[in-house]
Amino acid sequence: MSWIDIGHIDDIPARGARVLKTQLGCIGLFRTGDDRVFAVTNTCPHKGGPLSEGIVHGNKVTCPLHNSVFDLETGAGTDGYAIETYPVRVEDGRVLIDGDTLSRRSAA
Amino acid sequence: MQKLVVIGAGMASGRLLEQLFEANPDAYEVTLFNAEPRGNYNRIMLSPVLSGEKSYAEIVTHDDDWYAGNKVTCRFGERVVSVDRERKVVVGEKGEVPYDKLVFGTGSSAFIIPCPGHDLPGVVAFRDLEDTTAMTEASGTPGGRAVVIGGGLLGLEAAAALRMRGMDVTVLHLSGHLMERQLDEAAGYLLQKDLEKRGITVLTKASTKMIQGDGKVESVLLEDGTVLPADIVVMAVGIRPQVQLAKESGLEMGRAIVVDAQMRTSDPSVFAVGECVEFEGNLFGLVAPLYDQAKVLAKTLLDEEDTFKVKQLSTKLKVTGCDLFSAGDFAEGEGREDIVFRDPARGVYKRLVLEGDKLVGAVFYGDTADSNWFFGLIRDGEDVSDMRDTLIFGPSFQGGATADPLSAVAALPPEAEICGCNGVCKGDIVAAIEGGATDLAAIKATTKASASCGTCTGLVEQVLSVTLGDEFVIPTVQPICGCCDLTHEDVRRLIKSKELKSQPAVWQELGWKTVNGCHVCRPAVNFYLLADWPLDYQDDPQSRFVNERNHANIQKDGTYSVMPRMWGGMTDANELRAIADAADKYGAAVKVTGGQRIDLLGVKKEDLPAIWSDLNDAGMVSGHAYSKGLRTVKTCVGSDWCRFGTQDSTGLGIKLEKRLWGSWTPHKVKLAVSGCPRNCAEATCKDVGIICVDSGYQIGVGGAAGMDVKEVERLVDVRTEEEAIDYTVAFIQLYREHAKYLDRPYKWLAKVGLDWVKEQVGDPATRAALIERFDISQSVYQKDPWADHVATRRRLYAPIADLTLEAAE
Ligand SMILES: Cc1cc2nc3c(=O)[nH]c(=O)nc-3n(C[C@H](O)[C@H](O)[C@H](O)COP(=O)(O)OP(=O)(O)OC[C@H]3O[C@@H](n4cnc5c(N)ncnc54)[C@H](O)[C@@H]3O)c2cc1C
Ligand code: HEM
Ligand code: SF4
Ligand code: FES
Repeated sequence: MSWIDIGHIDDIPARGARVLKTQLGCIGLFRTGDDRVFAVTNTCPHKGGPLSEGIVHGNKVTCPLHNSVFDLETGAGTDGYAIETYPVRVEDGRVLIDGDTLSRRSAA
Repeated sequence: MQKLVVIGAGMASGRLLEQLFEANPDAYEVTLFNAEPRGNYNRIMLSPVLSGEKSYAEIVTHDDDWYAGNKVTCRFGERVVSVDRERKVVVGEKGEVPYDKLVFGTGSSAFIIPCPGHDLPGVVAFRDLEDTTAMTEASGTPGGRAVVIGGGLLGLEAAAALRMRGMDVTVLHLSGHLMERQLDEAAGYLLQKDLEKRGITVLTKASTKMIQGDGKVESVLLEDGTVLPADIVVMAVGIRPQVQLAKESGLEMGRAIVVDAQMRTSDPSVFAVGECVEFEGNLFGLVAPLYDQAKVLAKTLLDEEDTFKVKQLSTKLKVTGCDLFSAGDFAEGEGREDIVFRDPARGVYKRLVLEGDKLVGAVFYGDTADSNWFFGLIRDGEDVSDMRDTLIFGPSFQGGATADPLSAVAALPPEAEICGCNGVCKGDIVAAIEGGATDLAAIKATTKASASCGTCTGLVEQVLSVTLGDEFVIPTVQPICGCCDLTHEDVRRLIKSKELKSQPAVWQELGWKTVNGCHVCRPAVNFYLLADWPLDYQDDPQSRFVNERNHANIQKDGTYSVMPRMWGGMTDANELRAIADAADKYGAAVKVTGGQRIDLLGVKKEDLPAIWSDLNDAGMVSGHAYSKGLRTVKTCVGSDWCRFGTQDSTGLGIKLEKRLWGSWTPHKVKLAVSGCPRNCAEATCKDVGIICVDSGYQIGVGGAAGMDVKEVERLVDVRTEEEAIDYTVAFIQLYREHAKYLDRPYKWLAKVGLDWVKEQVGDPATRAALIERFDISQSVYQKDPWADHVATRRRLYAPIADLTLEAAE
């Protein structure tokens, strides 16, 4: 794994999200009410809703367009949809994402 | 015999010596230095000493006899100033001592915020007996005021103790809830409530700017300008390992003295134990792991094999009556799940965090009876899959117990108001039931509860059920969502009668089954709170749907539309030019809307702050085309231009829009004003539609022109423009205070009845009160969100980082 520092946890609003632009497209970085951070694809598999704009409750997010709900940890969603999750961790307040996963996926 | 020198007579080194002498009393000849002028005492019991519940003598762990019996040379009140590792001597203030083995047990010192005034007399930490004595003395002054900076374990124990001594105590805490490292929001809320019950004032999100005083502490100034008078200021914001001496001796350091699993430092004859060590990147601040370290170090010093391991920790607060427990880990990790249990009547909150088949964290408030059992499950990593469904009820669970959906109502005191219209409280209803009124109709007849607008019906039924038990069967109702058992109407009413002023208060007191709601209930609760408590509650953008959070309408391709206000549908060349420029600059499509204004469509999220700023510069503000709030006020040209016009319909529309804009409402609100009954502004299908006539203004309410089409019903006819505005504002406020979230006015009117609404806004005193409350709310919410977001939230509109810009490897 090669961890890339992409910002501070306080750059993400609690129960909110920010977008990370990558070669693979946009990733949503979510921060839950209890300060856990998750990275998932920003695009809803239903009709492309930007998940980072959804309401974050517990460790789930609701798509802002048609209310599909996704588990941010597992990527499992309602209505049979699922989204990609990416390894991310927080160390001393810094948010780190795994660069290898990002490049491996692009090579594949 | 080998010579052992120990620096620091603290809790860790004290335990070390006990273990050492017990295993082999003749292995070492010990010299013990301590900067404090005394031997080891139970530091954690300084809290009860401060409160007066214990005396210092009761917390001494090793007295003179103990040291003498073990032939320890005590050099108390003497600080070690340096260590010469080459010559193997320790240099104390009063002279040198040679060693074969050396142990650092120097502990921590309190961290003092280096703000101006931190060195004034009267600023104390809470670490040792001297601090405790200083605080006790300060509390002797009658009416003395203490400000405690830091709402963690230490700060709260100090605050509770000083309060017990009769001081007026305020706790300042930087984060949004108390003990945020150990507790979640819900438990933090309950803790704050319990402390406030004892008369302690708690200010969260409070940042200290400076401590003021002439020669001694007089007051604390906060960043927001608040001044808190103080006779004593207790700094309890954290601790720092006390490792200057070790550093100067040249030992390998991280944030503290680096040791291996045998507590050995980088020098094989030098060891460290307690809060001054760093092991595998961890620092320590509670006694449990220090005792483990002491045990290991005793073995190491006797050449026996043992290894120190980092274990899970648990926290309790030593304040009588505040039962809280927190253990394990709430952060990071795949596949976690929460189990939440709340009992509002008893003020109990329990949350378990599961990962796979294991319990990894727990937070309890109000009932910690089973906490040791849960801590055991966490520490031992036991498989809990078999008992998962009933786990939260603890080890003695016999089956059957579930959260009682009625407990929120059962917990209400008799004086809690149930029916707002007729001022009927719970006690009145219970009395009526006991007097023989055993169904809703009888309660209505005897007390008038639920006889007017009817939104409290659900609560009246619950009071019946709580009082009569199985004799009364509650009709099934539709709860807001799966997170709770209450209807919107019940929640609204209870927010008022229980004075719930924060989201955690609602979740806890009304028995929510989830940690922080869901996309269905949270926007509703956020609205109810801000509508009822405009001055106490702050709108939470994270509880709003995307359009309201970003102050623009998201389109199906993820771009946004931007629509400035055009007051009463009027614009001018200047505004049109700015709109045209913005359309060019941001590549927006331009649409004239049905609401008499202009929409710029297809704007990228990153560009929103810039386009808003441009439109702001031309004097325009957000049109709220996205909000559950006032949208537009359509007008016709009226008496200014039209040969039929009876009144200045455009002018009235502009006045109404300027008065009402920015307010949040249960659903969107659209108005129109037509200058005569020809009704060119289509006022008869609006939420509020005004038709001007020769004799004044006809105010209609509850129109609709969406999926349902409905003509307005007449609220009132008035003579003057001023009255027309008053009635409109009062109507909107009544709607804000009573309607269910996402009910348009016509739906709400169908439930409460036009007659009741007429009665309310028709009564001059009620009308004036409604207008006053509306204006109070507007003092907070009538501000341009565009300007606000450009100034304060701009960065959130950009990606957090852009990895596509990284150079290719
Ligand atoms: C009010 C209070 C309440 C607490 N409550 C709890 C609780 O409920 N539960 C819990 O687990 N923990 C609690 N703690 C924390 C606990 O007390 C500490 O973790 C523990 O005391 C640390 O032990 P130690 O031996 O590492 O350091 P200490 O006990 O701090 O001992 C270090 C000693 O070294 C001396 N020293 C330092 N430098 C020198 C030098 N150069 N020369 C000579 N002597 C020196 C100091 O004077 C001090 O006496 C509490 C702490 C406080 C202050
Ligand atoms: C997400 C869905 C919707 C979008 C994006 C949307 C968008 C809009 C916009 C941009 C306007 C112009 C309003 C203005 O100038 O402020 C408008 C007007 C209007 N909308 Fe919607 N709308 C939506 C849902 C609805 C619904 C559900 C209804 C019916 C209840 C409705 C009824 C109307 C009416 C009647 C007008 C014309 C207002 C007037 O002439 O005064 N819209 N809509
Ligand atoms: S509503 Fe009446 S006053 Fe207004 S423009 Fe139409 S005809 Fe003229
Ligand atoms: S695009 Fe996400 S639910 Fe439709």
